[in-house]
Order: sequence, then structure tokens, then C-alpha cells
Amino acid sequence: MAKLIPVPDDLSKPFWDAINEKRLVVQNCTGCNTMQYPPRAACQHCGSDKFEWKETSGKGHILSFFVTYDGRYQRRIPDQPYNVAIVTLDEDPGINFYANLGGQPPRQVPVGAAVEVVFEEVAPGQLIHDWKVVS
Amino acid sequence: MTTEYTGWTRNKEGLGLWPHQGKVAIVGWGQSDVDRRWDGVSMDKTYGAYGMKAIQQALDDAGVKAEDVDGMFVCPETGAGATGGASADWGPSRPYFEPPYDSEWGLSRLNAKWIIDNMPGFTNVKFAPDNVPAIGEQMGMVSQAVAEGKCQTALLVYGMNNFEGRYRHGGDNASDFAPGPRQWSAPWSSGDGLQLTGAITIQQYCARYGVNWDELMAPVIINEHRNGLMHDWGFYSLHGASGLTYEDYANARPVLWPCRIWDCDRPTNGVGAFLFTTGDRAKDMKQKPVYVLNHNGGQGGSVRSSQETLDESEAGRAMVARMAYEGSGLRPEDVDIFNPYDGYSFFLPLTLEGFGWHGVGKGDSKDFFNGDISVEGPHPFTSGGGNLGVGRTRTAMYIDSIQQLRGTAGKRQVNIKAETAICAFAPARSAAYMCLSSVKP
Repeated sequence: MAKLIPVPDDLSKPFWDAINEKRLVVQNCTGCNTMQYPPRAACQHCGSDKFEWKETSGKGHILSFFVTYDGRYQRRIPDQPYNVAIVTLDEDPGINFYANLGGQPPRQVPVGAAVEVVFEEVAPGQLIHDWKVVS
Repeated sequence: MTTEYTGWTRNKEGLGLWPHQGKVAIVGWGQSDVDRRWDGVSMDKTYGAYGMKAIQQALDDAGVKAEDVDGMFVCPETGAGATGGASADWGPSRPYFEPPYDSEWGLSRLNAKWIIDNMPGFTNVKFAPDNVPAIGEQMGMVSQAVAEGKCQTALLVYGMNNFEGRYRHGGDNASDFAPGPRQWSAPWSSGDGLQLTGAITIQQYCARYGVNWDELMAPVIINEHRNGLMHDWGFYSLHGASGLTYEDYANARPVLWPCRIWDCDRPTNGVGAFLFTTGDRAKDMKQKPVYVLNHNGGQGGSVRSSQETLDESEAGRAMVARMAYEGSGLRPEDVDIFNPYDGYSFFLPLTLEGFGWHGVGKGDSKDFFNGDISVEGPHPFTSGGGNLGVGRTRTAMYIDSIQQLRGTAGKRQVNIKAETAICAFAPARSAAYMCLSSVKP
């Protein structure tokens, strides 16, 4: 799959650096101890701008999904149809991630199943996180 | 002329009744033909020509002359937006024409200057801001401007264009890279936040409430196509009825499965216009005034993580409903006509349940849609046919509401009382709802 290549910025660079080390991290507010993903400049919960990067277990569950048959990204058209799932993080199910669940045939997505993070190279030196179903 | 107008948005709870009730009325509307695309040849069917046609209709409908208009609010966006590529802009891939079609103005975009330069009579326009949003909030902007005395008789113009070329496959969507907010979704997803958000939340909805997608969506979409045919200007009225059946819907090609092509509005070329004036002036105009009870903008709630969840969708819809009811003074049982936005079909169940129209609560939409929602029946939901019924004009919700409140909706005229209406171009958790009444508050 030729996925789009993320472009890190000042805020997201620590996240993508961790991904390139095969670690899934999220922001954790040091003011109210709330996790946050995607990264933001301020905590959605308390407004603090003080964060630490917290490594997660990389374990989650599938919340829902759809299948892209006619998407708009030119780079992804050759991959169609492909699953797009939403995965919640076990440590905090309010945190969710997009996933393609490589290996799952289109429409064959076990909603509620356990998943774990995997890493995939989308450009030389740039990994992204995805998820796979665990038995 | 004015170049900017700010501070007019009512975008939170707790603002109370709109203090200008009765001071602003809609007194005219016009709508061009709605075509799939401009053919590049027929100069009487350009975006600009259609804009002038809609404006003249709105003036004639109200019995107002161009000279009487002192406010002009024209949304300059293109239908397909920044990611439209060739479908959004005529140039640079295609040659321009003799003036006034020697630039994008008049071909893919409209603004007050182009209209004033090319349509006779607009000699007294004094208030014409540049920063005009899309029609949902545009309606509120015009209402507030008239209420605040920025202008007395104001023209709203809103169009959607669509040229040859894959819709929204250009711009950033043609890039291999995902900068900014897109870095958190684009590597895995499909390229349309609203489509993505709605499809996921309705998938969750179907699971939570034990509802089959086809049984939920097909009846309301088919009914919207039926209602849309009862306008004489809609895409299907002019270019052939869809004849959509349940089987057609269920077997249609998937876009974001289980969302299919019929869940998505059809991009079209057409322009609508509406005339607003003060409550005092409205009394002497040609048509029965339709008074503005309230307008809102902004968003209902926020999303915590990558993807809006069903809980967030439901909470957001409930919040925007509270804003509309608070500002208008209406209760759910007071709303006769309900024309919410349907650019994707799956906006409808959550919006209906959030507003609680006709007592519909969480998880009740499938049963409601499978009952009698025809314009002849007791629950004439989306009597205007919406975008799905007429094409992607984003105007049918407003036009139908005005007609219903005037009693001039013809074959679409509902049999129930029609004194109040809520209508919108309000995608997902947008709060851009208009509340209208045929009775002066």
C-alpha cells in the first residue's frame, strides 16, 4: 500500500520520532494527567500547555469501520477497496486512531476485536503506525 | 463598500432569544436551473448568467428593484473548494472568454463587484462584505446585518459550480504528503472528513441501535428524490427523474461502504438568491413575509481524538438543537417544517434525533423514516427534498421552508400546519440553523 506520507511539524516531531523508533506515544497533560491524541498545543481538558510524551501499550480494540471504494486521495486509489477502521486505545478508550488493518480482507473487520500496533515504512526513514488483529 | 463584517455570529449556548425577532424577514427567492456541469459553450448557462437569473427572480418575487438593494452578500467560494482541481476552477487548463468571462469571476466564482459591474441597477449598494461564509452562516450574517441596520434591503447570493474533472481529487488530495492536521488521518483514510466522520458514526449507530443501514437510509433518500421532483428547477426535474428504488439503492456502487453513491449529493452547477429586508418594509412587499426568529453558527461541542464518535455526534447535535430552540423560543413540538442538511444522507438521522422533531429520539429514525414522511402525510420530513433530491445547491432547504410558510409550495405543500420552520446548511455538528416564522413575533 502506498500511503500518504506524514509531514512532521514542531508540535508533532517528537511523536513521529518515537514512531520511527517503533514506539507509540501520546501527549499526557502534566496538569490533569489526561492523555491526548492527536497532539495539540493545549490540553483539551484543563487548558494547560505542559505535556510529557507517554509511551502506550500499543494495544487497543476496534470500534467501527468502513471500506473505501472511491476515495479522494490519488495516492491511495490503487489500493481500493481498503478498510478504514477506528481503534480505541486500551489505556483510555477516549483516544482513537485510524487503521487499515493490513491482512484483513475488505469488509471482514471484527468490530470489538483486540488489536496491537504495528509499524510500516511509507517513505525512506519514515514509519507510520497501523494496527493488526490479534487472536 | 464594506470589506469585512465580524462579530455577528451566534455560536454558543446561553445567548437567549434573538433580540431582533420581527425586525428581519425574507421576502424573495430565486433559483437558477440546476445542471450537472456548464458545457463551456452556452453563455446563457454560465455560473454568472445563472447568478443573474436567480437574482432577478428574487427581486421579482419580492417586487423590489435593483436600485432598492443596499446590501449584497455573495459567497465567493467554489463548489469543490481548494481540493477541487479541474472541477473547481475553469482555468488554467481551459481558455477564458471575452469579458465578463475573462477570469474565474463569473465562471467559477461570484462576488458583489462582478454582479454590480454586470447587472444593471445596483447603484445603491453600500454594504457588501468580502468575508461571506457558505450559505448556512451566510443566512445568519445577512439577518444580523439587516437587524443591526447595516443595510435595509439585502441580497444573498450563493452558488455551487462543477466543471469537468474528478470532484475534489485535486489540490492537497493529489499530493503524496500529509502536512498539518491531515497527518493524523490521511495516511490511513479516504480524503473527506465529513464523509469519514459521518460514515463511521452511523456505522456505530447501526451497531448500537440494531439498525440495518439500507433500511435506515433508503426510505428517506427515496422520499427526498420524490420531494425534489416537485421543484421545477432541480437537477432531476430538468434532466430526468432518478426513479430510485430500494433495490437500486441497495445495489448501487459503494463509495465508503456501506455508504453508497445515492448517500452523497450530486455536484451540480446552479445559483440561488434570497432577498431580506426589515420587518417594517416587508409588510408592503409582494409576498407574505417570512420572519427570522433566530440564526446560529459555529459548532456543537468538540471532538476529543482522531475521529468523532457516536457519543460526540449525538451530544453535538443535541447542543446545536438547544441553541436553535433557545434563540428562537421554539420547542420541538412548535416546529412545523424541518429541512435539515443532507449533503450526505447519514447526517439526517442524528440531526432529526438531536432536534427531537415529531418526538423522534435516539435510535428511532429507522422506524420514523419507514413510516409516512411524505409531504401529504403527518410527518413531512425534509419536504424540500434537500441536496439529495435536487442536486448540490444547498438552497432547497431554505426555498422549501419559505414556500411552505407562504403556502406556495404547490405539490409539496404540506397538509399539516406550516407557520414555523427550521432549515439549514449545517454539515455534521455545525450549528448553522435558521428558524423562521410566517407570524411576526
